[in-house]
Amino acid sequence: MSDTKNNWPLWEVFIRSKQGLGHKHAGSLHASDAEMAIGNARDVYTRRQEGVSIWVVPSESISASSPDDSEALFDPANDKVYRHPTFFVLPDEVNHM
Amino acid sequence: MIQTLEQFDTYVAEEKKIEPKDWMPDGYRKTLIRQISQHAHSEIVGMLPEGNWITRAPSLQRKAILLAKVQDEAGHGLYLYSAAETLGVERSDLVDDLLSGKAKYSSIFNYPVLTWADIGAIGWLVDGAAIMNQVPLCRCSYGPYSRAMIRVCKEESFHQRQGYSIMVELMKGNKAQREMAQDALDRWWWPSLMMFGPSDKDSEHSSQNMKWKIKRFTNDELRQRMVDMTVPQAECIGLKMPDKELKWNEDTGHHDFGEIDWDEFYNVLEGNGPCNKERLAVRNKAHDDGAWVREAAVAYAEKKQKKRA
Repeated sequence: MSDTKNNWPLWEVFIRSKQGLGHKHAGSLHASDAEMAIGNARDVYTRRQEGVSIWVVPSESISASSPDDSEALFDPANDKVYRHPTFFVLPDEVNHM
Repeated sequence: MIQTLEQFDTYVAEEKKIEPKDWMPDGYRKTLIRQISQHAHSEIVGMLPEGNWITRAPSLQRKAILLAKVQDEAGHGLYLYSAAETLGVERSDLVDDLLSGKAKYSSIFNYPVLTWADIGAIGWLVDGAAIMNQVPLCRCSYGPYSRAMIRVCKEESFHQRQGYSIMVELMKGNKAQREMAQDALDRWWWPSLMMFGPSDKDSEHSSQNMKWKIKRFTNDELRQRMVDMTVPQAECIGLKMPDKELKWNEDTGHHDFGEIDWDEFYNVLEGNGPCNKERLAVRNKAHDDGAWVREAAVAYAEKKQKKRA
């Protein structure tokens, strides 16, 4: 987990700002283990009641898509405008659907 | 997708954000690493002059407030280091560069903090100047830096107000207290104006950084704003600006002010300010004294992991 310089591993921090909302990425920090990461996340990211729950994930455990693949991954959605309800024109008499 | 310099320039010109994995020119990456890490170092070293006064704060409430402010500065340093790390540098290398004196931090922290009124002047003027610099950085083209700046700015206005409130209180006090406040303003005013960096005609990084939308306003524009904003705040509580040439200019709609002592600016920048050596020595001592804690934490984490395996 540590290199020759005794670098603490990097953790990504996710905060739930209030009950009912999902955890959102807040930033990252270094800590020697998960317990310390939660403690540090509390001090670094929630000094003003920004959260009610914290997730910490080792940064190296996150797999991310690459900008190089963004066309392949996201462009096909471009030509499927019918997925949005506004694609369908309603008769004037029908106000709500 | 960005693949060429031309695409990058167009993308940035359209006010779109660059994220860590996007292609970016080497110069852009280097500039950001330099700027963000210097910014982080400034937050960390910035804790030292104020930290000295925590135990000497005049009331329990002032002590709690100052403690919270200094803790915020630590937090700001950490947001910024993690933003810098998204550009592919190791935090320990950045810290090493600070400790060895290779990396710069804001020169303002190389001035001594002599009285309690200095704590007021620092919050009001130094944090005030920092806010002036940082608000435009919230719109920086690099996503992680911009997000860190948004967090920092939200917290920073508390810092400025707590400083100003110290000055307000001192100015309501007796003659000695009022003189203490004036003396602090006299010593901190010019160094605060120097925080915006060299004059536009001597600033080496300005134009490219403007094009890359890292910088939005020139050093002199921001400095002028600082003067225009601060003068009425000083007048309102009976403080006098230590500048004989300062006067309102009806034609420009701004204050004219005297020339900055640029020899002093470059002298402090080169390491010859009153506290450069002391600040670095204190930072190095804290880092060395904490080595066993860092090592023990790693040993403990490894032991726990072995047990689990």
